[in-house]
Order: sequence, then C-alpha cells, then structure tokens
Amino acid sequence: MNSDGTSSTSGATGSGDSATPRRNSKRPKYSKFTQQELPACKPILTPGWVISSFLLVCIVFIPIGLASLFASRSVVEIVDRYETACIPGGFRKDKVKYIQSDSNKTCRRNLTVNKDMKPPIYVYYQLDNFYQNHRRYVKSRSDPQLKSKSKENETNDCKPEATINGKAILPCGLIAWSLFNDTYSFSRSSQKLQVNKKDISWKSDREHKFGKDVFPKNFQNRTVKGGATLNASIPLSQQEDLIVWMRTAALPTFRKLYGKIEVELKKGDVIQVTLENNYNTYSFNGKKKLVLSTTKWIGGKNDFIGIAYLTVGGLCFLLAMSFTIIYYVKPRRLGDPTYLSWNRNPGGGANN
Amino acid sequence: MDGSNSVGPNAVNSSSLRSGSSIRSSNSIREVNFVDLGSRARSRGGADSDGFGMSQREINDDDARLVYINDPIRTNEKFEFAGNSIRTAKYSVLTFLPRNLFEQFHRVAYIYFLVIAILNQLPQLAVFGRTASLLPLTFVLLVSAVKDAYEDYRRHRSDKIENNKLASVLVNGQFQHKKSKDIRVGEIIKVFANETLPCDMVVLSTSDPTGVAYILTINLDGESNLKTRYAKQETLAKNLENDKISGLIKCEKPNRNIYGFQANMEIDGKRMSLGPSNIVLRGCMLKNTAWAVGVAVYAGRETKVMLNSSGAPSKRSRLETHMNKEIIFLSIFLGSLCTIISICAAVWLRRHRDELDFMPFYRRKDFSDGKNDNYKYYGWGMEIVFTFLMCIIVYQIMIPISLYISMELVRIGQAYFMIRDNQLYDESSNSRFQCRALNINEDLGQIKYVFSDKTGTLTENKMEFQCATIAGVDYSGSKASLQGEQSGYSVLVDGKVLKPKMNVKVDPELLRLLKNGKGTSESNSIHNFFLALAACNTIVPIVVASADADVKLIDYQGESPDEQALVYAAAAYGYMLIERTSGHIVIDIQGDRQRFNVLGMHEFDSDRKRMSVILGCPDRTMKVFVKGADTSMFNVLDRSLNLHTTETKAHLHAFSSMGLRTLVVGMRELNASEFEQWQSSYETASTAVMGRAALLRKVATNVENNLIILGASGIEDKLQLGVPEAIESLRTADIKVWVLTGDKQETAISIGYSCKLLTRRMTQIVINNRSKESCKKSLDDALTLLKKLSSVSGAAENAGRSSEDGLGTTGLIIDGTSLVYILDTELEDQLFQVASRCTVVLCCRVAPLQKAGIVALIKKRTSDMTLAIGDGANDVSMIQMADVGIGISGQEGRQAVMASDFAMGQFRFLVPLLLVHGHWNYQRMGYMILYNFYRNAVFVFVLFWYGLFTGFTLTTAINEWSSVLYSIIYSSLPTIIVGILDKDLSRMTLLKHPQLYGAGQRNESYNTKLFWVTMIDTLWQSMAIFFTALIPYWGTDVDIASMGDLWTLAVVILVNAHLAMDVYRWTWLAHASIWGSIIATWICVMVIDAVPILVGYWAFFHVAGTGLFWLCMLGSVVAGLLPRFVVKILIEYYRPSDIQIAREAEKFGTLREFESAEVEMNSVSDPARG
Repeated sequence: MNSDGTSSTSGATGSGDSATPRRNSKRPKYSKFTQQELPACKPILTPGWVISSFLLVCIVFIPIGLASLFASRSVVEIVDRYETACIPGGFRKDKVKYIQSDSNKTCRRNLTVNKDMKPPIYVYYQLDNFYQNHRRYVKSRSDPQLKSKSKENETNDCKPEATINGKAILPCGLIAWSLFNDTYSFSRSSQKLQVNKKDISWKSDREHKFGKDVFPKNFQNRTVKGGATLNASIPLSQQEDLIVWMRTAALPTFRKLYGKIEVELKKGDVIQVTLENNYNTYSFNGKKKLVLSTTKWIGGKNDFIGIAYLTVGGLCFLLAMSFTIIYYVKPRRLGDPTYLSWNRNPGGGANN
Repeated sequence: MDGSNSVGPNAVNSSSLRSGSSIRSSNSIREVNFVDLGSRARSRGGADSDGFGMSQREINDDDARLVYINDPIRTNEKFEFAGNSIRTAKYSVLTFLPRNLFEQFHRVAYIYFLVIAILNQLPQLAVFGRTASLLPLTFVLLVSAVKDAYEDYRRHRSDKIENNKLASVLVNGQFQHKKSKDIRVGEIIKVFANETLPCDMVVLSTSDPTGVAYILTINLDGESNLKTRYAKQETLAKNLENDKISGLIKCEKPNRNIYGFQANMEIDGKRMSLGPSNIVLRGCMLKNTAWAVGVAVYAGRETKVMLNSSGAPSKRSRLETHMNKEIIFLSIFLGSLCTIISICAAVWLRRHRDELDFMPFYRRKDFSDGKNDNYKYYGWGMEIVFTFLMCIIVYQIMIPISLYISMELVRIGQAYFMIRDNQLYDESSNSRFQCRALNINEDLGQIKYVFSDKTGTLTENKMEFQCATIAGVDYSGSKASLQGEQSGYSVLVDGKVLKPKMNVKVDPELLRLLKNGKGTSESNSIHNFFLALAACNTIVPIVVASADADVKLIDYQGESPDEQALVYAAAAYGYMLIERTSGHIVIDIQGDRQRFNVLGMHEFDSDRKRMSVILGCPDRTMKVFVKGADTSMFNVLDRSLNLHTTETKAHLHAFSSMGLRTLVVGMRELNASEFEQWQSSYETASTAVMGRAALLRKVATNVENNLIILGASGIEDKLQLGVPEAIESLRTADIKVWVLTGDKQETAISIGYSCKLLTRRMTQIVINNRSKESCKKSLDDALTLLKKLSSVSGAAENAGRSSEDGLGTTGLIIDGTSLVYILDTELEDQLFQVASRCTVVLCCRVAPLQKAGIVALIKKRTSDMTLAIGDGANDVSMIQMADVGIGISGQEGRQAVMASDFAMGQFRFLVPLLLVHGHWNYQRMGYMILYNFYRNAVFVFVLFWYGLFTGFTLTTAINEWSSVLYSIIYSSLPTIIVGILDKDLSRMTLLKHPQLYGAGQRNESYNTKLFWVTMIDTLWQSMAIFFTALIPYWGTDVDIASMGDLWTLAVVILVNAHLAMDVYRWTWLAHASIWGSIIATWICVMVIDAVPILVGYWAFFHVAGTGLFWLCMLGSVVAGLLPRFVVKILIEYYRPSDIQIAREAEKFGTLREFESAEVEMNSVSDPARG
C-alpha cells in the first residue's frame, strides 16, 4: 500500500523520512563523496620512505646546524656585569641604601675587545632576575593613553601608578614607572665613541603605538621614584628608551637595546665606559650587565640552536642507518597475510 | 492462524541433550499473552474478542473520561480535555532563549564552561578580557541554539500544516468543515476514504451497512495491511444529520497503548461495551470505506499516536564512558598543574616577602593619592588561592570541552554517511538507513553479541505458500516453477483481466487433479481444501490498477500474512477471492463466479487457536470451514471419518522440519437443524451485552466439532536475502549471534539450519523444562558436557587440527518456559556459563520481556557490547535494553523502529553497518578523542612551562585571543574532517575480512594504555616546543608577544603535523583542512598583531623577519614529532596490527595473495563445515 499523505506527527521526533511519498525512490544519490570513495592518497611507511625521510631531515638539519653554529661563533660579544662592581666597597653591605642615596653613582669600567667588531655594534643592557613578564607588571599599562592625547585619562589598568593627586600620570603604570635609568658613555683611548640612540625602537611602535602629540605628564613626580624621568617636552613617539622598555621582555633574563656604536672596534682596543649606576635591582638581587655585540643573521651569540640542529640531524642519520640495518636483518614483507592475528595462531584466534 | 501464536500441547517435558540433527518435537509452552504486550497478535477485531473480563469491567468513574456524544460543551464543561491542536515543537519565540539555555546547561561540560567564565569575571581573577573569556561559551551555545532553532522551526511548520487540515464536523445537525485544531472531544466527525483521521474516535457508523471500516495504520505502527474496525449495531442505523444523537461514552484515561481501548457506551438507555476494535486512531487512514462517522474521544496531545511519539531513550556510547574516566585523569592533571604553580608562587612570595613593596615589577605598595596601603594584595594565603583559581581559568582547556562539540559534529557527519550509503538502502521498502540516536555511532564498532529476532528480521515475514497435504497426499514433491506460461491464474471480468498481485508457485500434479479429476473423492477434498483457503479468513480483496490498463490486480489485504499467503495460493489454483463484504463473499472458482453467504464467522482467539467460517453455498448447503494450528485441530476431528490423520501428521512433521509454518484445514457440513441451532445461539451471543466474547467462544467450540480433515498447508516464512551470508560474516568477525524468537522450537531450529546458524555436526543442547529443579539439572548436565567437549577439542587443537570443523561447537536451544525458571534466579549464572561456551544460542517461545532478560543476562556479566535487532513491538524491550538497538523497518510495526537507535530495511545490512561503518566510526572516534586530549594538553603544557618563568603568575605569552581561537579555529576543523572522513581500510577489505572487526572488540583504538602513552608524548612535545624556543631566546631582547606568536604557530603546526602523520587517507578535504588550518592560524596571528591597541602590535612581522624564529619553528616541530615517528615506525613494522597489514596489502596489491591464503585456510576447515 502506498503511504502517501502520511501525517508527519507520528514520526515527528525521528527521521521524518516517511513524509515523502513512496513513488520517489529514496535511494541515496550516488556520489563518490557520499559513498566515501573520494580519491585519496594512502601513504604507508615503507622502509624506503622511512629511511629517506630520516635522511632528508639529516640533509636539511646538519647544514643548517653548521651554518648557524658558524654564524653564532662569528658573533663578537662583550659582556660586563657591573651591578656589584659599581658599588663602592664601603656600601657593599647595604646596596639598597646606597642606590637610594643621593651620592654620585658614576662608575667607570674598562672593556677589552677580543676580536674585531664590525659596525653596527649594538649596546644592550641586560637584566637578570627581573620579571618583566610578571602578571602584575605586564597588565599595568594603558595603550590607549600612549597613543592618543584624547585618552590620556584612561588609566584604569595602570594601578598602582595611575594617578597622582587625582591627576592622570602619563605614561602611567608600573612598566613606565620602572623605566631603566642607568646611562652609559663610551670612549676609546679617551676619544669619545658616539652612541646612536636613534631608531633603537620598532618603527611600528613609534608610528602607531606612541603618539606624536602625547607628552609626558606628572611622570615620576612622587618621592619614591621607580626609574628614569622623561623630558616633558619630547613626545612619546620620540622617547625611544621608553618605547624599548615598554616592549616587555618575554623572559626574566633579557636585554634591551641601548644604542648603536657605528664605528669598528679593533681587537685589543680598550673601551672606557662611564656609567651612571642609578637603577635599583639590588632590592631583589637582580643582576645588571652591559653588553656590546655584533649581530649575524641568527641574531646574537647563540650556540644552542646550531647544536640542537646538529644533534637532531645526527640522530636522524643514526636512525636512518639503524633502520637500514634493522630492515636488512629482520625484514617483514609488507602486507604479508601470515602476520594477521587469525593466521598466526589458527583456531585459537578469532574463530573460537 | 498466525503461526507464531499457535501453542502446542503441554507435553511432558524433560531436558534433552542430543547430538546431531534430531529435532525435539516436544515443546512446552507457558501461555504468553502477546496481546497485552502489544505484539503481533493480529486477529482481533470482531466483537469483543478481547475477552469477557476486560471489556465488561466497570470503569471506575474516577479513572474514566466521560464523553457526551455530540455535546462537546458538556463534555468539556467539567474537565478541560485537550484540544486537537498538536504541538511537537519545543519552543515558542518567547520561550526559546530561556528554555534552550536551560536545556543546554544540562550538560556538565557547559556548566564547567560557565563556572570558568564566571570566575573570570571576578576582578581579582580576571585573566582574560571579558569578551575573550566569554567567546568559547557563547560560540558553543550559539551553534547548538541555531541547530535547535532550525529543528524546532521545522517542527513548527509541520505542526501548522497538521493543525490546519480540514475535517468535517457535525455542527447543528450538519457536517461543516473545521480546522483540525478546533476539534473538541465529544464532537462527531465524518471522515472520507483515503483521509487521515484527525483524532482518536469511536466509530459510530460507516458507509458499510454492517458497520465495517477498514483502516490503514502504517503511520501508527507501520503495518501496511488493512485492519477492520466496527461500528456498534446500536449506532449504525442512526442518521446523524437528522436524528439528534446523544449518549455517553465512559472511557479510560488517555494512554499510549495503541492496541488497547476500554470503554462503555450508553446510548438510548442501552449500554454496551467498546473495545479496541471500535476505535480508530489519529494518524490512521480510512481505506475502502466511503465514509465513517465517529465521536472524538481523545484529541491533540492525548491521542495515542502523540503519546507514543516520544523519542528514543538516550544511550551513552562505550567510548564516551571510557573517555569520561580519562577526563577525570585530565582533571587531576589540571589540579596538579595548578597546585604546582600555586606552591611555587607561595614559595616565591614568601622568599620575596620583604622585597615585594618596592620590587619594580611587583610594587605591592600603593602610595598614589596619599594612600599608603597594599595594592591588589590580599595576604599570602589569599594570593595562593587566587593563583590556584586563575590557574584553572588559564589552563581550562585541559578539559577538552570543544571535544564534546566536535564529537557531536563528527557523529552527525558519520550519520550522514551512513544514511547516504547506497548499500544500506533497501529497495523493497524504499527505506534508507535511519540514525535515530546520534550518540552511539562508535558503539557499532565494538559489538560482541547480536540478539536477533526471527520473524521479520531474519525472515521476510512475507509468507509464501509452499506445499500442501490434502487427504493424506503430500503435494510438496515436485515444486514446479511458476506456471509454465508464467502468467499465473487470471480471470476476465468486464473485459478486463483480473489477476492476483502475487504469483505463487503451483504444483502441476495438484493443478492437473483440480482440472481433470472432477467427481472423485480426491478432487472433492481438494476442492473443499482450496475453498476453505479462499473463504476461511478475514482477507479483503482490493482491486488496484496495474501498469497495463487492461489488467487489474487483486491485492489481498489482511492482518495476517499467513492468511494472505493462503488466499494467494488458493487464487493460483483457481479459487480467486474477488469480493468480500460482511454478508457474502464472491469466489471465482475455475472461471465460475460463485457467491457464498457468510452466515457467521468465529474469529481467531488464542484459546481455540483456530478460526471458522460458516458458509451458505450456492447449492444451498451449509458448511463450516475451520483452520488452525495442528494441535488444536486434531482435538476436534471426527475420529471415525478421518482416514488420513496419520499421514497428515507425518507430513506436518516433515513440513515443520523444513521450516514451514503449518496450518490444518478441516470442514463439516451442517444439516438444517444443526444450522438453526447454531444460528440462534450465534445471534444471541453476538447481541449479548454481557460476556459476548465468552458466549461466542462457546458457540464456536460447539460448531467446530466432528470435522473432516481436509489437509494442511505449509507456508514458508522466507529468509531475507543474504541472511546466511550475513550471519557467517558476523561469526567470522567473532560476533556471537543469538536468535530469540516467539516461534515454535521446530520452526526455530529449522530456521537456524537454513540461515547456517546451526550445522549438522554441531552438538545441540536442548533445554525445555517445566520446573526449576529440572532446569538446574539440565544446566548442570550441559555444563559438564561442554567441559568435556572443550577438553576434547582442546586436545584436537593441540594435535594440530582446527577446531572449526563443527565438532567442538555447540548450540544451545532453550525455550521460554525454561527461561521463566532461570532468569532472575540463581540459575542465571549457570545459564550464562553454558550460553557463553556455546557458539550458537537459540531461544524459542520467548516473551518480549524475556528477550530483554536475556540481553540483560549478558550485559550484567560481561563488559561486551550487545546489539539487539528486531522488527516487532515484541522486540522493543530488547532493543531498549541492548547497548545498541536496531529496528528493522519492515513488515511489522513502527514500534521497534521508534524504540531503536538505528533503523534499516534488511538484516543483511548489519554486515556493512557493523563491519564497515561501525569499524570506521570506532576508529575515527577513538583516534579523535585521543587526539583532542593531546591537542589541548600540549597547549596547556606550553602555557604551564611558561608559567614557571614568570614568577608563577600565569602571564601567558600566547595572547588571549589566540588561546581562545586555538580550539575553535586553529586546530578544530582537521580533527572533525578526519573524524568524519578518514578510513583506515576500504569497504571491500573490511567486508572480505570480517576478522578485522576485532580491533574494535579489543578496544584497540582507545584504551587506558594508549591514553598514557599519548600523555607522555604530549609532555615531550610540549617541552620540545617550549624549550627549543626558550633556550636560544634566553637573554635576548625578545618581547612577550613575539615569543607568544612563535609558540602559537609552532604548537599549531605541531598538532596539525601530528594529525597529518596519522591520517590514513589523504583526500582533498583532509589536505584542505589540515593545511588550511595552518594557513588560517597564520592569518589570524597576523590579523591580531595588526591591531595597534593590543600589546603585541606588529610583533609577528618583526620576529618573522629574523632567522632564529624560523629555525626555532622548524627545529621544535621536528624534534617534537621525532619520538612519535620512530615509535610509530617500530610498531607498524614489528608489531603490526591486523589493520596495518591489511592496509599494506590493500596498497601493494598483495590482496590477491591475501585471499588465496584465506582460501587455503578455509579449505583446511571446510570439509567438516559442509
């Protein structure tokens, strides 16, 4: 009998299939898609593929490893840790007191160049044990305020450095408040080495993140100062030290670019550094280092990545070799039905 | 009539243990009332055949609903009965939002989501921005809501159509059109032929003078044959449009039993009872009757069809249950990570407690505006608590909530492919595969036990007349082809050829005797035999047009397929039933039209197990024709007249051994006095108000006596196509197939043979006992025997022989009576012991609840997955009990389908469903769950490692938008695509080697070991990703955002490459989704970094310009995947799974060898099997 004109209520919850008259065949239309027969590639890890993929990794990784190791080795880096050395002997017991005092904190250091350094030579300061990625710290900033003058009162996120006497601080927040304020000047054989502090920050930051018409306001006006003060007549977009500092570092040991020396330093040169040791890392045992470094395509001095690549490459070579041996010594024919579980132990297997 | 309902004598029973092919003929039966359980007892109808007790029971006024006929106002005065508008939609526009949200939050996962989002709103804990934290939850809710809204919209639409259908309602003595939704209880409604009934109503009168109405109940229970309903004689005569009819119907409260109805009707002071044969139900269609008038008793949501339209019960897949266990582990991980961070934070804070006030990156002191207190510092203890809570917020995706949504989507996709599979489409019923439950797709890949119904599931439930024995002669010898000319029997009526819709094979010898041997006693018997077949039934012939305009087909409609088969058979031998009204029938006998008056009919009931009809023949003789089950017929024979009893009995035994259903036909001529006697008592009985059924039965018993046996018929319940092969496949796949049937033991056993469940060499253990003690004894015996056998076959195996030769295998045959004493008692355990050692279990004569009991027997004692497959209402309980329930949408009702999780047209579809789709679904889902655990955990671990370098303060390098998008955009699509489309093996391979199904049964794709291995791998990969980037960047001027971008991209590439490594089949979709996701991530990262207001502005473009970035990326991904790759190679090469070997064979074409090896294997074992 036909089931045309069926009421849809009976099967309302279910398929609703019965609603269509029987005359129309409900045979599913054939298509490769619905029958799950789409053309497909079915890769199988044959010995050939296995060995060649290991060799491929090996071939790619070992040269890269060598190249990056070579690049890293050719980077010349001078690191000078000075946070203790720059405290006069008498104050070493209570460094915090010294750093908070008003005494003259000028400190002289001599650096010897071990290898020729081609310009540009980057001058970094490195802080250890400084958690610029601390949750309280990274959140304590106001990006709208930095960008546009009209939003200078948007300081809600900046606590506890949001306002002073009810007026908004600009730039607000802990990050800006703790701006690094050691300064360095360099001379080689009493000849001053110019440090170029221009373009040390990201261009994108200068142009889009920090406003050209935004000037520091009420900044570091407290008795307790966190760090550097800013010249209130220079717009934020040109306060490059601030811009660099505000790109908070990912890791608790980090470098920040201080400037660039654009002359070549020869092996054996002695560079006198006059530094103002103002920044207080003593209260939390932070280290301070001054770094002069050239760069290569790989960045700074960095042996790890080269070694890692060589290790992985070598390992893959070893794997390729051992698999070759394994395949040779104990081969298994692919797709051999005798390996099927029900063929291996007849009777006891699938068919009890 | 219906063979499945005929019950044998209560013979003496004992258990028997017999080897070989012998079949026990004794069967013990407990009266099983199928009727109450709404099963396939078809032959009701008639007057109050439901029995005296039931129909006359006074319905308590409190439990009754009072319907004043043609007085809807008074009817609805006291109680507001439901109107006829129906509402399947769940929501309205107003209630959608609250109700939908309420329903969605029933899920624990969403609550977790919500709690996290709320936690994040607390200012102390705000880790993510408000929008970012709410995004995932909103996204998920939105997707589900849109889906629900669409479904509900469709329901609304169908409701509207349904509610606005027009119906003829009697208003002020005139039938007027009224919208269906406005019909009220008590109103009188007129329905015309081929119209669907708008509500449940009691039939008052019909176009037929005797008050018969034929209805089609396909929408209700799926049965496609016509059923008869009767109007009461008292109401028949009334002309409703003129006579003001009034009366009171007192009926039971609405319930969902579509086979039962109890009511009293009081009309003109006369009181009569109403039964299920007097009510027509909403959704049915009126057929073959010009019109019918009835009074609405149940309307709208109170109609039986609406009460029955509840959804399938929700089941939870095995894999998901397992998964939830592993989720607990993940929560423990989450807790540990949070604890580690909190403890470290506590130590850090304690060590630096004196420095915190002025530490530039902490600055506890807030001295702005003259204040001098702590800023955002709530004491050491509270800080730790907050850290812990924040940890949970940051690492929340450790619990992969997105997995639940992915799983849902994947299941929808899998269902789509199952529904669309051509191989699961049934041509004969034009039905596709149906997925009614959407959450247990993967269970199909782990089935260990299949419980199958017999009739309609293994067999077609299309009865076919096979052979007959008439007057002691067996005419089954030469089963000729279809008649020589292939046309079958036909007659010419009004210049048109009339022939039966179905052709039946005929026996040429019998045909010859019919045509030539007129006058002999032999041919007389044959004549009477076929006359009985054509007349003694409730079949209604319906003439339908055929493709050829000159040829009309007669379609025999009736409730019993056995009767249909018999009438078709009679027609093939030239006794074509052409017309039936309640008063007479017309039969075309060899081209000669004869009219017989139907003087009375005693319908089938389960006490007598026979039916009879009293015919007034054209030659003015009165004859009683009786047909019924052998056991009941041989008791009412006239011993002196029957010469052929012994032969007939022997033939009957032979028939039933062949798996045929048998019916015995007898007759008697009534002389005038006998007839008058019968007639007067018949009339009294059929007009009796009280106890009509019992009286009628008594009349019947009186007249069905001293019969001459005419012969017996053998009807084949044909096996469905491909059943033996399907069972063979399932058994090769190590799935145990149990058959549970209501049939007689002999029939069950013979079907067992024909579908290759049983083999001749198999040892059979038969248990049919009538007491607990004997059951216990037979079970004990069976167990001893089985132990002996297994030791023998064990020895044989040791001797290098395959145990597959059938010697070691046993079949258990147990009947329902024995099960009564075994199920739910301490004997259950023993039965389980016995049954689980047997290869085959056949349960016959089981009641529906016993079927469920047997399923429960296995479910309780093993962790194996069970599947129940059936087609009838009597299988419902079993379908619901089993882990997976499958309904066959075939001949019998829709109830099995309604209760099932999946529905399909044929039993043989079980093979592609389980072996192919089940296998795929399981593999895909298992992998997907593991992968999702891995994917989220690896991300969380990367966050966690970074947390160790931020002073334990949960700063995330990866920006919050990437965190949120990670599980939505960056890595979700590939796993869904792979979860829907990946195939480890092709359909062909899976079907050829059913053993491959074992992977699912052995939990190979997802188990606790794999989980831990995956977690270790996760740990390594996260470390590789994190530290490969951390070490070279240590002490450089890299900023948080750049590092975050590096890690984001590295993780996304890593997880997608990991997936790529495990994909079996690279279709273009897999390519697109995997590489597309990586590209999408790239684009998202760039977009996020192009927003000036975010901290990480332009970071990506800076860092991507450095060589180190790319080196770290490449190095970390390769280093991360290397161990997994090596392990994968080693396992694939030296511990290959069956699937792996089959894949290789597929690829390298060793498949042919593969098969030849198989053949060899089989040839060793085959000779014995034959």
